[in-house]
Amino acid sequence: MNSLAENLVCFNTFNESESWSIETYKKFGGYEAWEKILKGELSPEKVIEEVKASGLRGRGGAGFPTGLKWSFMPRSQPGQKYLVCNSDESEPGTCHDREVLRKNPHALVEGMAIAAYAMGATIAYNYIRGEFIQEPVPRFKAAIKAAYEENLLGKDIRNSGIDFDLYAFVGAGAYICGEETALLESLEGKQGKPRFKPPFPANFGLYGKPTTINNTQSLASVPSIIRNGAKWFKDIGVENSGGTAQFSVSGHIEKPGNYELPMGISFKDLLELCGGVLGGRQLKAVIPGGSSVPVMPAEVIMQCSMDYDSLQNAGSSFGTGAVIVMDESTCMVEVLRRIARFYMAESCGQCTPCREGTGWLYRMLSRIIQGQGELSDLNQLVEVANKIEGHTICALGDAAAWPVQSFLKHFYHEFEYMVKNKGQSIVKSDAEVAA
Amino acid sequence: MKILTQDIKNKIDALKEHFPEGRQRSAIIGALHLIQHKNDGYLTPELMGEVADYIDVPAMQVYEVATFYSMFNTKPVGRNNVAICTNISCMLRGANKIVDHVEKKLGIKLGESTKDGRIFLKKEEECLAACCGAPMVMVNHNYHENITIERIDEILGDLE
Repeated sequence: MNSLAENLVCFNTFNESESWSIETYKKFGGYEAWEKILKGELSPEKVIEEVKASGLRGRGGAGFPTGLKWSFMPRSQPGQKYLVCNSDESEPGTCHDREVLRKNPHALVEGMAIAAYAMGATIAYNYIRGEFIQEPVPRFKAAIKAAYEENLLGKDIRNSGIDFDLYAFVGAGAYICGEETALLESLEGKQGKPRFKPPFPANFGLYGKPTTINNTQSLASVPSIIRNGAKWFKDIGVENSGGTAQFSVSGHIEKPGNYELPMGISFKDLLELCGGVLGGRQLKAVIPGGSSVPVMPAEVIMQCSMDYDSLQNAGSSFGTGAVIVMDESTCMVEVLRRIARFYMAESCGQCTPCREGTGWLYRMLSRIIQGQGELSDLNQLVEVANKIEGHTICALGDAAAWPVQSFLKHFYHEFEYMVKNKGQSIVKSDAEVAA
Repeated sequence: MKILTQDIKNKIDALKEHFPEGRQRSAIIGALHLIQHKNDGYLTPELMGEVADYIDVPAMQVYEVATFYSMFNTKPVGRNNVAICTNISCMLRGANKIVDHVEKKLGIKLGESTKDGRIFLKKEEECLAACCGAPMVMVNHNYHENITIERIDEILGDLE
């Protein structure tokens, strides 16, 4: 295989010792973009223009164009505005934001400073999931401290007239807080229950003030975009999917890991780069973007490239770039039940279809596995999923529904087999192949 | 032992400064982390009440938070918090076998603590975001990746 350009953006310091230090970051051009802004050489409009032109899209799962999102902020309106970074990384299969926080936190600090400047926000919070309290949180806090010490943050920074204060906020365990309005509620010290939209956060966000929420990877990508130019970033990727993406490749794979690679890399190349399927076994299926996105059978994903358009056209989604690989020994009923249990446990309980429906899905799948399922349950599963999808305040409902719909669409025979054989799986061996 | 010590109060005060005037409610989660850590890993209604008084918010607002987030325990638990991830990536790499082994070894089920109060085996529904090191376990907030039966025995053996 051709040598692929790896670690070009957020991961560029990763091979250095103390990759997280400000000295290392500066060796790679760190804070050059921010210093240019502090010298008055780059207007907010120009920053937003660059980010728009770069083709950067939100890496938290939704894929919304980052520059466009920034332009929704009422920049010239007086009053406090906020930037919030979403480091509540908890989409099953996804673990690259943790890497950025641990290994290159300054990229995020600089990215947040640039973003806040572009949107007229003077205060920012990074909402980091509580489970990261031991390692990623101290690393990020140390980065903030180092940046303050070098007068890169604070009030009237280096006499530029620019104010920017940045704080880390530590969550306490709740998948739902990755939803941006639930995150805001949590930041306000409440239960993480998503808000109705509209009003959107850009008008009514944190403490009722205009707020933009961006994902860790999206923000950490910004400094290199400003430094190297929008075209540089855009050209790394493909049409409609600019730049690089971080792939968390996990499951039945020889070399699981976080890989920063150009958008649009073919799945075949990605698989090869990761050493192929574990133990040389046959590929059965892949969930390409975290557990919320539809599953794809091997023969479909083998024809795909890893970018927004290709995966969407093939019936799934880029999601968070969390590629979960499943080999021929995997029991799809067991996997779906585990996914269903997750959404049941993590539903915040506000909306009836999600609160009740996720429990139904889990209990029906358990019944099938226990050998007490009936064929009518299979349609029932899809019906319940359909009744959750689109009928809830936030996307957790959809995220609970899509796996059910897609597993039954592509692997119906496995569910049918289990019902007919009183709980016996179509795969003879245990679904869990020890690593 | 007094839990809300001057040291903790100072730390809560420092947290409050991150938020605008009148938005001290935002400090509840951080304050509960501090208190729970100091109180052997769990919260009591009395402690929540003290936090509410100190931060100056209604006690109900603290209860709401304490019961919503999975990292807060509102019942006594073992001293060492052991959370084995069983979410999809870890499950595909044998997490359930690790759980079975640990449950058998300790004689407790997920969600329970050992009688001697040494270990709390958390029922971990969430993915802990270390999927490329599956299977993984979080022990007192430290991540251990690529665990095996032998490795988990060592980890558990080292806990006091």
